[in-house]
Amino acid sequence: MARYLLKRLGFILVSLFFIVTITFFLMQAAPGGPFASERKLPPVIEQQMNEQYGLNDPLYQQYFDYLVNIVQWDFGPSFKYVGQSVNDIISRSFPYSLILGAEAIFLALSIGILLGVIAALKHNKFGDYFAMVIAVLGISVPSFILASVLQYVFAVKLEMLPVARFESFAHTILPAIALATTPLAFIARLMRSSMLDVLNSDYIKTAKAKGLNERIVTYRHAIRNAILPVVSYLGPLVVAILTGSFVIEKIFAIPGLGNEFVVSVTNRDYTVIMGTTVFFSVLLLVSILIVDLIYGLVDPRIKVAGKGDK
Amino acid sequence: MDKILKVNDLSVSFDTYGGEVKAVRGVTFDLDEKETLAIVGESGSGKSVTAQSIMRLIPMPPGKFASGSIEFNGENVIEKSEKQMEGIRGKEISMIFQDPMTSLNPTMTVGKQIAEGLIKHQNMSKKEAHHRGVELLKLVGIPNPEARIKQYPHEFSGGMRQRAMIAIALACNPKVLIADEPTTALDVTIQAQILDLMRDLQDQTGTSIILITHDLGVVANAAHRVAVMYGGKIVETGNVDEIFYNPKHPYTWGLLGSMPKLDSDSDEELQAIPGSPPDLADPPKGCPFAARCPYAMKVCEDHMPEYTELSKTQKTACWLLDERSPKVEPPESALVGGSKVNE
Repeated sequence: MARYLLKRLGFILVSLFFIVTITFFLMQAAPGGPFASERKLPPVIEQQMNEQYGLNDPLYQQYFDYLVNIVQWDFGPSFKYVGQSVNDIISRSFPYSLILGAEAIFLALSIGILLGVIAALKHNKFGDYFAMVIAVLGISVPSFILASVLQYVFAVKLEMLPVARFESFAHTILPAIALATTPLAFIARLMRSSMLDVLNSDYIKTAKAKGLNERIVTYRHAIRNAILPVVSYLGPLVVAILTGSFVIEKIFAIPGLGNEFVVSVTNRDYTVIMGTTVFFSVLLLVSILIVDLIYGLVDPRIKVAGKGDK
Repeated sequence: MDKILKVNDLSVSFDTYGGEVKAVRGVTFDLDEKETLAIVGESGSGKSVTAQSIMRLIPMPPGKFASGSIEFNGENVIEKSEKQMEGIRGKEISMIFQDPMTSLNPTMTVGKQIAEGLIKHQNMSKKEAHHRGVELLKLVGIPNPEARIKQYPHEFSGGMRQRAMIAIALACNPKVLIADEPTTALDVTIQAQILDLMRDLQDQTGTSIILITHDLGVVANAAHRVAVMYGGKIVETGNVDEIFYNPKHPYTWGLLGSMPKLDSDSDEELQAIPGSPPDLADPPKGCPFAARCPYAMKVCEDHMPEYTELSKTQKTACWLLDERSPKVEPPESALVGGSKVNE
């Protein structure tokens, strides 16, 4: 197991190296720079700022400097926000995204699985149709439209929840729902089809033939086997929620990391672009590793420790 | 001997988009204590549906009992509630399925799968159930049961899994064991071992067995009595000797004739029964085998023959046995003669 983890960590480092390299050069290849804004700076000042931030160094020099900094988990200063480092920006804004993302993932998983199971148990009956109508709606309606509808109905008309901003738990409900809907719908469909497969399998018949009642057969035998496709979808789910969050953060005026990410690209704020990209990549790579570990726990046939690794 | 199970005029059908499929059409048989009854027939003849009906494992809808009764211990299983059935399944009647590769839950240890029934039916604690599980695995001939019980099904070979299935089925000493093609998915040497095991366990526990198979070799090896099913009906029943040495139904002849024989030349082609089984969504009015029967007469197509009692145990539904019919001798291929079948 330790060997497997070590190996996976190695892969993560290699992936990160490539991500950093590709992002760095792509970013540099794009025209414009952090100080090329509409209001023209006097050339002398621009020159001076470039000098101060090391932008006049040859590209390879900048690249190696950056690599050295990043190994020390130092993303450098922001070019746009004077006196703030990228580390500051991330540690300030990421908690918002984390809370929102966690709520959304929780919603998507719990309700998605529930809907899927209900749909499968009530196959071709009302419960099935009801769950699948929700799923189709959830997949087809874009999150930003749903977000506006939610704001209009629950905040403006019913005045039950705040419209925007992030101050209390109540503020997180609408954005979390908006963020969760698409993955929720996807999970519901995934769960339904794999549950239908499992319910038709021989070992469910064996379980019934033992005299176990329907509920125990469903919980103990069916769900655990049916949940495997959902577990493998968890990796992409984390991606979807994180990258999808900037639209929602924008609509609900939440100062989260997704928002910073997008703003940094339009600002050509080199260090923030790099910092957020690397940070997101680490998150994703780690979450994929965790998903693989969970997979091994749920399905004993998949040995994570990998006997075949030798 | 007492009859433990009586199936009387059982009909089961399924509602499908193509119409009502009458999978089982008026099947009657019974099962003595400590007896092994083999139900033989080709795919789609209704054997498995009959077996699963006894356990009430047919999903309803689309399935439904059209008529008949299944009496177990003098009580009609069809009229029982789902709750009452839970008390019968696994405790009084158990079942082994065809494919041991798919009939065990892949994400649960073998031990837990054995223990479930014990905890449910015999109120055992987890620990007691574990101990009993080890005993059961030993009983079905799995070496090193203490270690094996903690393993998952994928760590077992096919034959071992079927042994584990048998352990699960026999956990609560059921009165009837239904084995639905228990050896079909196994290779021949393992088949023999599993059949021996089932016979040994029957001697020890006195369980009655319904053995569903399409392999006459298995029948000769394991059964006391045989019911031959075709097109949702039992066309001939009798004890093993009668079915093998004195078969009267042309379908039984066909089955026996299509079996490879030890003394046949290796370049001799295996015989098949020409044609295919009837469409049970629109079953024939008369004898279901008439369309494929080389001896079919006009009457066969229009009227289902009554059973002719040939002995105390042998009953055959065929118009050839009517006194007005021409005398027909079974073809040579169907004569098992003195050679013992697969033994």
